[in-house]
Amino acid sequence: MGTMSGKGKYAIDTSPKVHDEVKHTTCYMCACRCGIKVHLQDGRIRYIEGNRDHPVNKGVLCAKGAAGIMNHYSPARLTKPLIRVGERGKGEFREVEWEEALAVIARWLGEVRQSDPRKLAFFTGRDQSQALTGWWAQQFGTPNYAAHGGLCAVNMAAAGFYTIGGSFWEFGEPDWERTRYFMMLGVAEDHHSNPIKIGLGKLKGRPPERDAKFVSVNPVKTGYSAIADEWLGIRPGTDGLFVLALIHELLRADKIDLPFLVRYSNAPWLIVQDPGGATDGLVARDDQGRPLCWDTATNKTASALSPEVKPAMVGQFKLPDGRRVAPVFHLMAARYLDPQYAPEEAEKQTGIPAETIRRIASEMAHAAFDQEIVIETPWVDWAGRRHDRFVGRPVSILAMRGIAAHSNGFHTCRAIHLLQILLGSIDTPGGFRYCAPYPKPVPPRQRPTGRTHEIVPGHAMPGPPLGFPSGPEQLLVEPDGRARRIDKAFSWEAPLAIHGLMHMVIANAWRGDPYPIDTLFLYMANMSWNSSMNTSGTMQMLTDWDGATGNYKIPHIIYSDAYYSEMVAYADVVLPDTTYLERHDCISLLDRPISDADGAADGIRQPVLKPDRDVRPFQDVLLDLGARLGLPGMVDEFGGPKYPGGYPDYIVNHERRPGIGLLAGWRGILGEHQGKGPVNPRQIEKYKQNQCFWRHELADNQKFYKHANRAYLEWATQMGFIDRPEQVVLNIYCEPLQRFRLAAEGHGPLQPPVALRQRVATYCDPLPIWYRPTVDEEIAPTSFPLHAITQRPMAMYHSWGSQNAWLRQIHNANRLFINRRTAQWLNIGDDDWVWVISHHGRIKAQARLMDGVNRNTVWTWNAVGKRAGAWNLAPDAPEVKRGFLLNHLIPELIADRNGGLLPNADPITGQAAWYDLRVRIEKALPEEAGETVPQFDPPNAPPNQAPAPSILRYGAHFRGRPGEDIPPAGPVTEPRS
Amino acid sequence: MTSVPHRTAKKLGLVIDLDICVGCHACAVACKEWNSGGHMAPLTDENPYGADPLGVWFNRVHTYEAGVGGNSRTVHFPRSCLHCEKPACVEVCPTGASYKRAEDGIVLVNEDLCIGCKLCSWACPYGAREYDYDSGTMKKCTLCVDRIYNENLEEAERVPACVSACPVSARHFGDLGDPNSDISELVREREGYDLMPEMGFKPVNKYLPPRPRRNKVGDTGAPAALDSAAPLSATHGAETSSNPLLRWVDRALSR
Repeated sequence: MGTMSGKGKYAIDTSPKVHDEVKHTTCYMCACRCGIKVHLQDGRIRYIEGNRDHPVNKGVLCAKGAAGIMNHYSPARLTKPLIRVGERGKGEFREVEWEEALAVIARWLGEVRQSDPRKLAFFTGRDQSQALTGWWAQQFGTPNYAAHGGLCAVNMAAAGFYTIGGSFWEFGEPDWERTRYFMMLGVAEDHHSNPIKIGLGKLKGRPPERDAKFVSVNPVKTGYSAIADEWLGIRPGTDGLFVLALIHELLRADKIDLPFLVRYSNAPWLIVQDPGGATDGLVARDDQGRPLCWDTATNKTASALSPEVKPAMVGQFKLPDGRRVAPVFHLMAARYLDPQYAPEEAEKQTGIPAETIRRIASEMAHAAFDQEIVIETPWVDWAGRRHDRFVGRPVSILAMRGIAAHSNGFHTCRAIHLLQILLGSIDTPGGFRYCAPYPKPVPPRQRPTGRTHEIVPGHAMPGPPLGFPSGPEQLLVEPDGRARRIDKAFSWEAPLAIHGLMHMVIANAWRGDPYPIDTLFLYMANMSWNSSMNTSGTMQMLTDWDGATGNYKIPHIIYSDAYYSEMVAYADVVLPDTTYLERHDCISLLDRPISDADGAADGIRQPVLKPDRDVRPFQDVLLDLGARLGLPGMVDEFGGPKYPGGYPDYIVNHERRPGIGLLAGWRGILGEHQGKGPVNPRQIEKYKQNQCFWRHELADNQKFYKHANRAYLEWATQMGFIDRPEQVVLNIYCEPLQRFRLAAEGHGPLQPPVALRQRVATYCDPLPIWYRPTVDEEIAPTSFPLHAITQRPMAMYHSWGSQNAWLRQIHNANRLFINRRTAQWLNIGDDDWVWVISHHGRIKAQARLMDGVNRNTVWTWNAVGKRAGAWNLAPDAPEVKRGFLLNHLIPELIADRNGGLLPNADPITGQAAWYDLRVRIEKALPEEAGETVPQFDPPNAPPNQAPAPSILRYGAHFRGRPGEDIPPAGPVTEPRS
Repeated sequence: MTSVPHRTAKKLGLVIDLDICVGCHACAVACKEWNSGGHMAPLTDENPYGADPLGVWFNRVHTYEAGVGGNSRTVHFPRSCLHCEKPACVEVCPTGASYKRAEDGIVLVNEDLCIGCKLCSWACPYGAREYDYDSGTMKKCTLCVDRIYNENLEEAERVPACVSACPVSARHFGDLGDPNSDISELVREREGYDLMPEMGFKPVNKYLPPRPRRNKVGDTGAPAALDSAAPLSATHGAETSSNPLLRWVDRALSR
C-alpha cells in the first residue's frame, strides 16, 4: 500500500492509505450547505474535505466543515429520549423508550388538534427542512409555525422579495467574475461563507486591466473588511441614509440607467395623487387591473405592461376620471433629490465624510457607465424582441445581517435594491445575479394562511402558514385588528413578517397575548440562550408557574436537538436527533436553494455512519408523529403511515403539486425529467451516484436579465418555479405598503387598531425611507451613547454544535471590543473588566481595545458564551467564565409613546432589532474582575451522559496506534481528571 | 550533531497571500484534521472540553492590528513551519530526530528519535514547533508529506491540506527552488518576501504583501465627485435649474 521515501532511519511512507471508502454528502456545520467527501477508514472518519465538483464550495471547506469530525464525536450528544421528572430548567430527566416519548407527544398534540390547533406553536431554528416542517404545520392545522428567519435576516429577504423578486445569499449573488466595483454592507463574517470567500479571492486576484474595487461598509474592521480596498466604519443603523445619499448624488448627476428603468422597473407606472382619498398612492390601473403609464406617443394613458408604449418618466397627468397621477420615477426622484439626502446631511448621521460619499457615488457611476460590460450573446426578451448582446453595469452589492437586524432594516434593504435598480445592475453582467428558482413575481403569490375560517379543529389548513401579503385583507388579524398568530406575524405590528417572529413566541405565550398556548414544539432553536433576546427573562418565562391552572404558563415544551444545548433542560420531552452524518436530508428548491447564478441545483445528505445511540432523525420522527395523529398526507387509506420509510421515503414520493416534489433532479421512472415529472423510486440512488447533488446549467442566452428573459422565464415555468413566463417587474414603488398605509389613514374595511395607526402610516412608506432606529426614540441616547453589536467569528458562525473540541481552541472566550480613543476617554485599558449597561440590564465583560471599530460602537463575537452545565463542558470552561452574550441586554418588547408594548423589531417585517442595542460602559471595580456576569446555576447533566474526556488523541488509530484513540463513536474513555 | 543537506533537489514550500487572507482559520483546521490521522498522528488535545483546552496545531492564524487610528490595518497572519534552507531546529537537535529531506527540503521530525528536549523549539525563531505533552515528542508541519506524493489520492488532491481547503485561494504550494515554477513566478510578480531574513535561516515559505489599497481620489479613474447634470430639456432649459426633474421630461424612452 505505501510508498517509502527517504533513506534509512529517515525512510517514511508517503502513500499511506487514506480511506476504505469515500462517501459524498452535504455539510451542516453552518447554513452554506457545501458538498463534502467523508473519508472513512475502519468504520470511523479519517477526514472530511470539500467536494471539488460541488456548485457551492467547489472543493474548498471552511474551518467549521473541517471540524465536523469533532461535532460528530462530541461528548454532548444526546443518546436517548428523555422525559422531565424534576422542575423545568433543572435538567432532571429519566430516559424513556421512543414509544413512550412519542405516545406522550401524540396525546398532547391530539388533544390540541381537536380543540384549538393554534395552541400548538411549532418553531424550528436553523432548520434546513422547512419544506417538510412548514407543510407538517399546515397539515396539523396551526398557523403558528416559522423558522429562525425573524431573528436572522428577514428584512433582507422581505425587502428583496417585495422589490426585485429575489434577494442576496441563496437567492442571488454578485457576478464575482466580472464585477468592477463591489460593495459589502454590514455582512461581516457570516452567511454564504465559502461562496463569498471564493468570490473575494477571485475579485482581488484579477489582472490590473480588469481589476475591481472592494468597499466594505461596516462599523467593524475584521474578516472580509480587513481585505477591502476601502473600509467605511459607519455608525450602526445609518446605512440606509448612506445609500440614499449615494442615490441623491446619482440622480443629481443623472448617472442612472433610464432605459433600464423604463423596461424593467415600475418607474413609469402612474401613482394616484389624491391626498386623503381612498386610492391615494395606489397604482393607477385599467379595467383589467393592468398598471397604467403615460404614453408620450399618444399623450394618453396606456397599459404600462405593453411593450409598445413610450412612457413619460416625469410630469403630472390626469386620469379620465379626473384624478391626478404622477410616474413612480417622478415621485422617487423628487424625494431623493431633496437636500435632506445630500451627502452633508448623511455625514451627520453616518459619520462618513460628505466628500467620501460623493467620491463613492462617483466611483460607482464610473464603474457602471464607463466600464460597461458586453457579452456578445443574442437573447430574446419577454416581449419577443431580439437583443444582440447582454449589456452589464459591473457594480455589485451584498448585504446581510448588519443591515437586517435593525428596526429600519427593511427600508435600508429596499434602498440598497433601489440603488442597484437605478444603476441598471440587476441580473446584468458584472452586477447582482439571481439564483434559481428566483426571480419570482413581486411579491411572490403565496399568501399566509390562518384566518378564522382557515383554522378548523381536526383539519389541515388550506395553505401554508407563511406567505407574502399584498394588502390588509391578507393579514392574519381579527376584525378588531388583534393578531391571530402567537408571534403576531402578519398583523399590524409586523405586516410583512414573512419568516415569522420566533423571538416573540415565548414572551407572547407567557403573557397569553394574543392567547395562551398549550404546547411549544421547538427544533434546533436554542431559545433559552443565544437565539432569544432577553435571555435571562426568557429563562424565567419558560419556568414560570401559573397559580390559576397549577401548571407552567407554557404547559408543554417539546424539544429536539442532537446535543445537550442550553434549551434541553427546559423541555418536558426531549427527542434526540442524529448528527448530520447519520441522516438523510433534502436541500430542496422548495426551501432554500443552493443554486448559483449560472445554474439550478439541489441536493441531499446521506447517512455516512450509523448512529451508535438511541437517536432518530427529527424528520423521521415528525412523519411518525404525523401518522400517529392521522394528519392528512401522512397516513394512507388504511390509516397506516404513508411514508413508512421515513424522510427518504417522503423526499422521493411526496408531491407538493402534481409532478413537483422536494427534489428536482432525475424525476420520472427513468430519471428522464427535471423540475416537473413523475416520482422516481430510485431518485435518491441517482443523487448518491451524482455525489449527492443535482445541477442544471442554464444555456448562455438564459443567464442574464432573467427577470425579462423569455428563454429563462419559459424554462422557469416548465420547472414549476413560476406559474407563467411573465416579466418580473422590479418594484421601486412598493404598492402593498401603501395599502397598509391607506388602512391606517382610515380607508377600507380592515384598519389597524387606533394605537397602531400612526406607526403603520409612518413606516409603511411605498418608497424607501431612513429613520433613526426606533429604540433611539424610546430611550435617552445620551444615557446610552454607544452602539453594541455582534459579529460572527468565521470559525464559529452558525456552528450550532459550537462546543467543538477544535473550534473552541480558536474561540472560547469573548471580549468587548472598544475603540481605543473611546476607551481612553472612559479610562478603560486593555483587559480591564467593564460593566455594559443598557436600559434593560447589565452584564460584565472583559475589554479589548482596537482601532478598527467605529468610535461610537462596541462589539463582541456572538454565541461564544455558554451556560455552565450545558454542552458537556467543564463548569469552569472559558465559554462560561469569560464568555458572554449581549442578548441579556436586549429586551424583546419596548414601550411606545402611548404606553403600549411593541416588539423590539422592524415595524414592517418584525425582524428582531438586536443590532439597535444602545449601551454605556462603566469600569468595574478591581474586586469585580475575573468572570463575566450573569452566571447561571448549571442544570444537571442528562442521565448516563458520559464524562467528557480529559485528553483526545483522535487519529492515533490511523497511525497504527490503537488503544490510544478515542473509540470510533460513542462516549470517550477517560474520565475527567 | 545533525547535518543539513547543502542543497536539496527541490525546495517545496508555501506562498501565503496576505492581500486576501480573511483570517477564517480554514487552513488551520484542515491541517489539524488531516494531520490528526497523518504522519505525526495524533495531534493531541488536552482538556478538550475543559477550562484550558490545549492542543497540537501545525498551523495557526494570528490576527492583530498594524498602525493606529482609522488607517490601521487588520492583519490575518497564518503561521506554520517555513521549511528553512538553514533550519536552526535541525542544527540544534541532539539526536538527529529533526532532519531536512534532501529530496524536497521538507523539515521533519522522526518521533522515534525525539527525546522531547525542546531545543528545536527554542531555536526556531518562528515559533513553528509544537510539543505534544502527551507523547513527549516534538511535532510540526510536514508540508503534508503524506498527501503530496500519495498515490492513493487523486492528482489534484496531492497538495497540503491547508492549500486544498483555503476558500480565498490565499495559499499556494510548489517548488520554490525552480525559478520557472508557477509559484516562483508568483513570488516575483507580487514581490513575495521572507520572514525575518536578517536571521539568516533562509525560509523557503514566502509571504505576499497586501496590494496597494485603492481608497483615494483617482484610484479607480473616477472623478472626486459627480458633476450636476446639464439641463437636457430643450423646451424647459431655463426651468431645469430650478426644477431638476424637468431634465427627464423630453427623454424619448421606449419600453
